[in-house]
Formats: sequence, C-alpha cells, structure tokens
Amino acid sequence: MKSLLFAGVLTALSINIASADTIRMGTEGAYPPYNFINDKKEVDGFERHLGDELCKRANLTCVWVVNEWDSIIPNLLAGNYDTIIAGMSITDERDKVIDFTEAYYPPAPSFYVALNGSNVNLKSGVIAAQTSTIQAGHVAATGATLVEFATPDETIAAVRNGEADAVLADSDYLMPIIKESAGKLVQVGEVYLGDGIGMGVRESDGALKEKMNKAIKSMKQDGSLNKLLVKWFGADVKTY
Amino acid sequence: MFTVCTDPSLLSGFDWFACYLTTPKHLTFFGSFFLVLLLIVVVAPLALGLGFAAAVASRSGSPFLSLPGRGYVALARGVPDIVFFLFVPIALDQAFEYLRYLMICPDQLGGVWQGNDFIVCSAAKLPLSTAAPIWHSVYGFGLAVISFGIVFGAFAGNVLVGSFKAVPIAQIQTGASFGMTESQIFHRILVPQMWIFALPGLSNLWQILIKATPLLFLLGLQDIVYWARELGSSKTGIYAYPHPDWRLYYFGFLLVFYLALTAVSEAAYKRLMVRLSRGQGTIASVGKATLRSGF
Repeated sequence: MKSLLFAGVLTALSINIASADTIRMGTEGAYPPYNFINDKKEVDGFERHLGDELCKRANLTCVWVVNEWDSIIPNLLAGNYDTIIAGMSITDERDKVIDFTEAYYPPAPSFYVALNGSNVNLKSGVIAAQTSTIQAGHVAATGATLVEFATPDETIAAVRNGEADAVLADSDYLMPIIKESAGKLVQVGEVYLGDGIGMGVRESDGALKEKMNKAIKSMKQDGSLNKLLVKWFGADVKTY
Repeated sequence: MFTVCTDPSLLSGFDWFACYLTTPKHLTFFGSFFLVLLLIVVVAPLALGLGFAAAVASRSGSPFLSLPGRGYVALARGVPDIVFFLFVPIALDQAFEYLRYLMICPDQLGGVWQGNDFIVCSAAKLPLSTAAPIWHSVYGFGLAVISFGIVFGAFAGNVLVGSFKAVPIAQIQTGASFGMTESQIFHRILVPQMWIFALPGLSNLWQILIKATPLLFLLGLQDIVYWARELGSSKTGIYAYPHPDWRLYYFGFLLVFYLALTAVSEAAYKRLMVRLSRGQGTIASVGKATLRSGF
C-alpha cells in the first residue's frame, strides 16, 4: 500500500518535464521589512520585490519557498531550494559552507533594544537574539548571557515580558517596532556586524551565482536597487 | 474576502475582526486543521496494518519472518520520535533522489555529493523544481505519513503481539480439537478474540498519535502550529492587520482543538469497547452493576 501510494506520487511528480530555468527562492517569511508573509499569504517585503526583479533580469522563473531560519542553510545544501534570500548577512563562517552573491544591502548597524527606563548592562545582562544569527554570535562573544529564539518576533516578546534585558537585531528590523511601541521600547546600543546582506547559493552552483551577481550589478548601476532600499527602509537607509 | 475589507486601516471593532479572521492567511490556518485530521486518518490504518504485519511476522516460526518483525518493532520503538522524524524524511528524500539520479542522469559531472552539497540533476529532483507548489506539499506530507506510519506501526505491533498472547489457550485447544487447521484457528479464533485485548493499548496509541501531529511542524510542514505562531506573532504596520503578541490566544485555540479531538475519541473508544466486549468472559462484558450484585 505504502509503496503503491508512493509510486503514484513519483509518477505524478514526473509528469512535468524539468526546465533548468526554474529557481526556488528560499526565505524565512518572518523578518519584516526584509521578508514576511502578508495577509494574502504571499511572500512580501524588500527581498520579494528585489528577488522578482533579479529573476526577471537574469531571465529565470522564480518560485518562493518559506523555510524556518534554523534549517535554512541545511535545506539549501540538500537541494530543497536554490537560493537563500532571507536577510542573511555575509560572514566568513557561513561562506565556508555556502557561497554568497555580492551584497544587495550595505552593511548596517545592529541595535540593542530594551524597555524604556530599564537599566541594562549590555556586557553582563541577559540579551535575546535569533538563533544562528551574527547577532547571537556577537552576544556570546561579549560575555553577556545569550538567550536564543527560533523567530525574530520571539526575541522582541522576550524583552517585552522581561525574560531578557535587551534584544540585539538588525536596526532595520527593530526600527518599525520601536516606532510603533508607543515609547515602551528604546534603542540602548549599537554595533556594526557583518559585511552586508547577500544571496546565499550552493558552492557548486557557480553559474547561478554569476547570473545573480550580474543582475545585482545592473540594479546597482541603474539605481533601481537604491529605489527599492529607500522604499522599504526609509530615506535614511544606506544606498549604493 | 468581503468588500468592506479593502482598506483594513479604516476598520474597527467587529468589522476589523471579521475581516481579519477571513484573510487568505487565516483561511489557510483553518484549512490546516483538515491537514491534521487527514494525517490522523491516513496514518492510523497504515500504522495498524504495519503493526499487524509485524505482530504476525514476529509470531512466525521462521526466523526469516520473526527476526525482521521483532527487529522493526524494537528499532522503531527504541529511537526517540523526534530523532526519527528528523532523520527519516531527509534520508527518504535523499534516497529517492539518489535512485532517480541513478536512473536519469548517472553520468552527472562531479557526482551527487560535492563538498557540503547534495546535488542531483534538475530532471532527477523530487519533486521537480517546476512542479506546482501543491506537489511539493503533497511530497512533504507523504514523507511525514511514512515516518508517522513507521513509528506508530511499531507501537501497534507491540500492542498486538501482547494481545495475541492474551487469548486464552483453551480457545486455541478447542479449535484444534474440532479439527481446525492452524490457519483456521488463526482467522476464526485468534484474530477475532485478540482485538478486545488490543483495544486499550490501541486507543492509547490513537491518543498519542493525535497529540504527536504537531511534529508536522518539525518536518517543516505548514501545519496548525506553524500558522498559529505566524499569525499570533506581533505585527507592525507593514501588515494589513497590525496587532500585539497574540500567540497566547492562538495556542489556546489549538489547546481547545486538541482537547475536543481527544475527548471525542475517548467517547468513541468507550462505545467500541462495549461493543467488542459482548459475549466475552470479561468484567467489561457483564458490567459493574451485575458484578456487585453477583458477589
């Protein structure tokens, strides 16, 4: 019964003849404004619009796939999708496992954010960060107590309910949250981490990396990337 | 969904909630409850079938049957569920893709494992990159069903082995003295009578299966837990319906759902128990009242 059912699925899946030009774009879908799932259940945000434009320029058909942040690199390596476009900072550590295209988002500060009026020691307090991020790595290196969470939202919740003294995350993720917290959350520190954000691809996928690099370059040259950056992150964002 | 919902920022109170709860995202959330029910309905017979086969095999006199039967039950019961669920779908997926690689593009440049990467040519991918998203979901769900089936099949097998042994030997001897063959005894006496002994164990297993369905989330499937967390997390103004952290309410809703599901199953189990106890020489067949007045 089991094998019969599976044989059925196997044949059903084989009906579509493969075209090499379909690229599956892996993203987290929980990191606004970089990427998030909107109320229509579509992947939305800066990286959605950037990714679609890059695919158009590289003449690729792109499909969006949502994957948990924690397993986003292993599932790229296993071939479940072909790129990671999920606000992933380019770091040497990750570069050993996967390859990055050139950055499409310039290096930007990370913010420490805490409850208004709280007295936080960033070197010895309890700091929340999303698991497997450069921010988590940084907190661990500062000697503060690191508490890790699977999603970015949980790190904010931890600060709001007092489980952590502060959260460390990308400034562009935190700024809308600070703004809408009605004065409850404030920025208490700043640190520069990473070499900007790039698209992750498998090391064996040099051809795709080249195509995407070319598309990113062309978007940098004609100013369309800057327009997108300003649209999603505000006029203060660093541009190319 | 409704025309009033075109600009959510103008809504408040009831309208806001009516629109909020009918966004495509919420409809997917509601739909994913059926995914959980589907999983239970598909896995239960699969696990029971596997368990029955394993139980019969492990009773066999031939070591070629009894060893695989016993080995399977011992192995699947001994490995922690979560480890199993992390391992089996990845292993199966890569095994299928490897087989297809051997069939479709065995002369691929550089082989399958290149450094950290597991690569098969695009024609050997499963599902193909070009396949509609629904096939990717079906495939993921299929892998989940197989993993659940294997794990729960082993537990069911263990329960059934025990209940085969619980059938009174006198029943078997009576069959033999009537001149029944072994196969006749098995079909007409052993199997019909062992169910009553298996039922408490199987009902326990059913409850555990219901409670284990959130493991779908662990397999990366977008099940009720995924959507509850996604919908419940606090939303800034970039979303059409901003709200603070509502995970408590969403997870509370899941709690009610699971309690209702297990309560309904428990009631069904009691009815089934009464039915299967009829004519059996057990306490359940006579009922408490009779028992008390009888002594």
